[in-house]
Amino acid sequence: MATPLRLAALLLVLVAAFASAARADLVVSRADRKVDLTSHIVRVLTSLKVENAGSEPVSKVLLAFPNIQAKNLAAIRAFGTEGKVKGLSSVLPIEVVEPSGVPPELTFFSASLHKPLQKGKILHLDVLTVFTHFLQPFPEEITQADSQLVVFQDSSHYLSPYPVKVQTLSIRLPGGRVESYTKYGNTKLVDSELKYGPYEDVPPFSYNPIIVHFENNNPFAVAKELIREIEISHWGNVQITEHYNIVHGGARLKGEFSRLDYQSRPYARGVSSFRHLIARLPARAHSIYYRDEIGNISTSHLWSDSKKTQLEIEPRFPLFGGWQTTFTIGYGLPLQDFVFSADGKRFLNITFGSPMEEILIEKLIVKVVLPEGSKDIDVSAPFPTNQWQEVKYSHLDIAGRPVLVLEKPDVIPEHNLHFQVYYKFNNISLLIEPMMLITGFFLLFVACIAYMHTDMSISKNSPSYLAKLQWDEVQATVQQIQGIFHQCLAVHDKLETSLHDLSRTGDAKSCKAARKAADAQFKELAKELKPLLLSVQSSPQSYQIWPKLDDLVAKERELQDKLMARHATVVDSVEKKQRGQDIENRISSQQQKIAALRQEVESLLEYLSEI
Amino acid sequence: MVCSWGGYTFIINLIPMHVLLCIVTGRYSSRLYVAYAPLVVLGTLLAALVPVVGFNAVLTSEHFASFLVFIILHVVALVYYIKGLLTPRLFKVAMTFVLTVGLALCLAVVAILAALVASSPTKGWSGRSLSLLDPTYASKYIPIIASVSEHQPPTWPSYFMAINVLAFLVPAGIISCFLPLSDASSFLVLYLVTSVYFSGVMVRLMLVLAPAVCILSGIALSEAFNVLTRSMKFQRPISDDTLPTAGDSTPGSSSTATITTSTKNANIKKEKMGTISKERSSKKSRKETELVGSSPVRPEKEEKLCVLPSEASAMGILFLIMLCGLYVIHCVWAAAEAYSAPSIVLTSRSHDGLHVYDDFRESYAWLRHNTEVDDKVASWWDYGYQTTAMANRTVIVDNNTWNNTHIATVGTAMSSPEKGAWEIFNSLDVKYVLVVFGGLIGYPSDDINKFLWMVRIGGGEFPHIKEQDYLRDGNYRVDAQGTPTMLNCLMYKLCYYRFAETDGKGFDRARRYEIGRKHFKLTHFEEVFTTQHWMVRIYKLKPQKNRVRGKLKLKLKSSSKTSLMRKGAGKKNPWQ
Repeated sequence: MATPLRLAALLLVLVAAFASAARADLVVSRADRKVDLTSHIVRVLTSLKVENAGSEPVSKVLLAFPNIQAKNLAAIRAFGTEGKVKGLSSVLPIEVVEPSGVPPELTFFSASLHKPLQKGKILHLDVLTVFTHFLQPFPEEITQADSQLVVFQDSSHYLSPYPVKVQTLSIRLPGGRVESYTKYGNTKLVDSELKYGPYEDVPPFSYNPIIVHFENNNPFAVAKELIREIEISHWGNVQITEHYNIVHGGARLKGEFSRLDYQSRPYARGVSSFRHLIARLPARAHSIYYRDEIGNISTSHLWSDSKKTQLEIEPRFPLFGGWQTTFTIGYGLPLQDFVFSADGKRFLNITFGSPMEEILIEKLIVKVVLPEGSKDIDVSAPFPTNQWQEVKYSHLDIAGRPVLVLEKPDVIPEHNLHFQVYYKFNNISLLIEPMMLITGFFLLFVACIAYMHTDMSISKNSPSYLAKLQWDEVQATVQQIQGIFHQCLAVHDKLETSLHDLSRTGDAKSCKAARKAADAQFKELAKELKPLLLSVQSSPQSYQIWPKLDDLVAKERELQDKLMARHATVVDSVEKKQRGQDIENRISSQQQKIAALRQEVESLLEYLSEI
Repeated sequence: MVCSWGGYTFIINLIPMHVLLCIVTGRYSSRLYVAYAPLVVLGTLLAALVPVVGFNAVLTSEHFASFLVFIILHVVALVYYIKGLLTPRLFKVAMTFVLTVGLALCLAVVAILAALVASSPTKGWSGRSLSLLDPTYASKYIPIIASVSEHQPPTWPSYFMAINVLAFLVPAGIISCFLPLSDASSFLVLYLVTSVYFSGVMVRLMLVLAPAVCILSGIALSEAFNVLTRSMKFQRPISDDTLPTAGDSTPGSSSTATITTSTKNANIKKEKMGTISKERSSKKSRKETELVGSSPVRPEKEEKLCVLPSEASAMGILFLIMLCGLYVIHCVWAAAEAYSAPSIVLTSRSHDGLHVYDDFRESYAWLRHNTEVDDKVASWWDYGYQTTAMANRTVIVDNNTWNNTHIATVGTAMSSPEKGAWEIFNSLDVKYVLVVFGGLIGYPSDDINKFLWMVRIGGGEFPHIKEQDYLRDGNYRVDAQGTPTMLNCLMYKLCYYRFAETDGKGFDRARRYEIGRKHFKLTHFEEVFTTQHWMVRIYKLKPQKNRVRGKLKLKLKSSSKTSLMRKGAGKKNPWQ
């Protein structure tokens, strides 16, 4: 608290020296300052009426701030209108200047006018300045039951390099207790509004310190660091992931935290803490999540309508002074709402800051991840930022995705303006990754096919390899043999059917013909069978199957003979016109044998096929 | 396996048992030798590479069975080898020789082992294995093993919950394993029997039981389906062909082979045991006549014996499919509700919807973000790993229960009065103490209910903690009947600090009575965080008072000196 007083003394000494040096042609005929102290971000709106009293036209207006204020200055904007009536105002460019012969305790900004102010003309100038870390908690440590008191320091006189004719200052307080405030002659406290002035004819650089000590229990939400990652996918999505590291920037909690007190009297005990944060997301945000490093946080609410999506998140625990927490929120946005194309280039147009309400971000890092293959990257931001480029590797990336990083300290809701990232991107590049996958799998299958069709064994004459080859050969022959036997069985069936026909029609001739044909077929098959059997027998691998095969051949031969014999007897007896019963009797013994043989042959065949 | 779980001892004892069984039943083959001998050698070497096991792989009793069987196997292998070399007469002589030498060797090894084992107090067995072999062992000697809920014997409902329908299929599976008892199926039966026993001792060994049950009921199901579908398949020719035989009895029609077999089947079904035995005997005689081809024929014949009527088999198949479907539904339900529900996030359904109790993570997040990185947190060991992982803070004890003394120390601190506890915690460099308290919302598995185990484990190492001091007539309670030791201990105080002010009476919802001591103050601890539902309460050790009456002067002197020095140092700094 001593600093402003010392500063004021210094200033008073310096005023006389500098007054002459200042360009005294401008006179501020009226200055109204409105200071808003309702949140932890201090907003000062200064309305100036500037008159050119000199003879030369003036093109620049100087604005002065003490250094301690200037270092907390997060944003400054000036709007100017010329003429008596307040009309359409235009934004004036502002830059830091260092005029010669000024005290080093002051920082000067100059607002350049669009056209010089002529002699005798009046300019209405509105200057909005936003300060962070301006309200100092005092005392710095409070208990759970205390409410948070903060100190605000400024000057009741508008600090200006120009003489000020009439000026007022009004300070809006958040309501609640006001511990103390500096009282001067015309100071009034009405409700929650503190008024100083009007003061008349104040010389340049006059500084009249005031201190307001008041209660402010609004959430002092400060994000130590916010990393905002905006990832563009041209498949139709803009994915935003925000990593917050939030701390309660107010008076630190000392002593116990009692849940009992907090729950039973939440307004009295724990008034300085905050539970909720509200984020206003764009209208068509989808797939919203809220999590931290140990999983999903279940305390959040979401409302959405056609204009906006409102997300109310509650950290895992209420934040008291000095407590901190980290979390991540993420959401997807439709591509067509944020990425546009203009003269051969595409550009992303999206807000810079955080969607949270009344949050101060000490360090904001915005990373714009462009799709792989983007070129000619260019950015246009409404305020100066640190910029550099990185490369991010995601799934199936070869060259990596270009990442444009923007960094800015002390970001406040006033910085929530749109910025643009221009880049060139060819839609063909979208297909690279699917094509890569397709080719990969295709090559894999081709390799598999090639592997199956090539002989990879190292030694071509090792015994096991040879044995395997022989075994394969034997199997192939056995299959052929099986085929032949199945043909044989089919012939047997044919004979049976011919007998059936005989019993119905009594046509012995055709039956005989069938037998003859069958006989021929049997012979043919036997001829085919011979070399195959020989080859199996000669193979050393066939010792397992050979007995079975031998058996099979013998059984089949027997079956053939039996069948033929029965066929012959039946046909004979039909020719001799014997009765059905007699025939039955004659062949019944054969019948049983045939059936048994047939079954054995079939089971043998089955056994062979199982090998 | 050794890397992941101490349960590997089960496997390395089960396999030797199976090998022994094979040898005893005369199923020794070179395959068995090839499979087992390298397993023992390589397995032991690899197991010894795991840091936790190390030389235990050859030193503890759990591993001896495998070595013993290894020796026996070699003896048997030698016997078989000699048998192949020598004539029967010579073989007998040789075998007696080898057997005597082998037995002597075995006996010698056993004797050495017995001597070694007898010299160690636990007979070379680790506590866990002993508590498996003797279910009452742990509760007698090692309270820390008995204190874990998953080391308790399971109840019948938990069996049904875990394996459901499979419980009924397993006996069938055992029967079908015995039908032709092969090496593999004998292993399965052995596996099942041992794992049923072990799961009966500890509920968490249900994990060991699960694969055995799955395999066996799979066998049962496949056998059942096999029988039913086969009977469906062989039914069809009967129904097709009996009609023509009944209708027209032409000489040719009855001569097909299928009809004879099917009528035979029908005969068998109609007639009773007598014909079946006759059929069998005839089959046997035929088998003798057939030289080689009998083997494929035999099973088919037997299969044909157990043909069921088609309606019954269709019903059976439907029933089995339904059973399987129900089981799938049960499994999905169990996986979703019982196994996937995290015990760290609790939910309760009430008339106004789902209520989530996320208190554990709330407290861990608080610890993670609002304490110094190198602060140490003391809590009961159940929450050790959680705290390490989620709060990223060093803990004094965690779920690794190899070191019993540390856990006993924390147990002692929790059961001591405030000052003694403060001294213990301070000596351990603890900054925060975390307790879990379910009295406000009725969460039963909180620290008060676990407290008796803390007393027992602490008393096991520090005899001044006596369980009797905390029990009133053998009953554990924290209401007005509670003993003064109980109502004065740190755990009670930390849990119920300012609890009575919530409803004025201090009604504990988890234990359903009013607490004994309602209004008290903490002198050595201060509450720093309590979660929304009071489930986790975190206390901070108050710093030691630095002024002691009588030593005031001396202290002052030294403190002024240090402060002077500090000032000097502070002044020096800017010029550096």
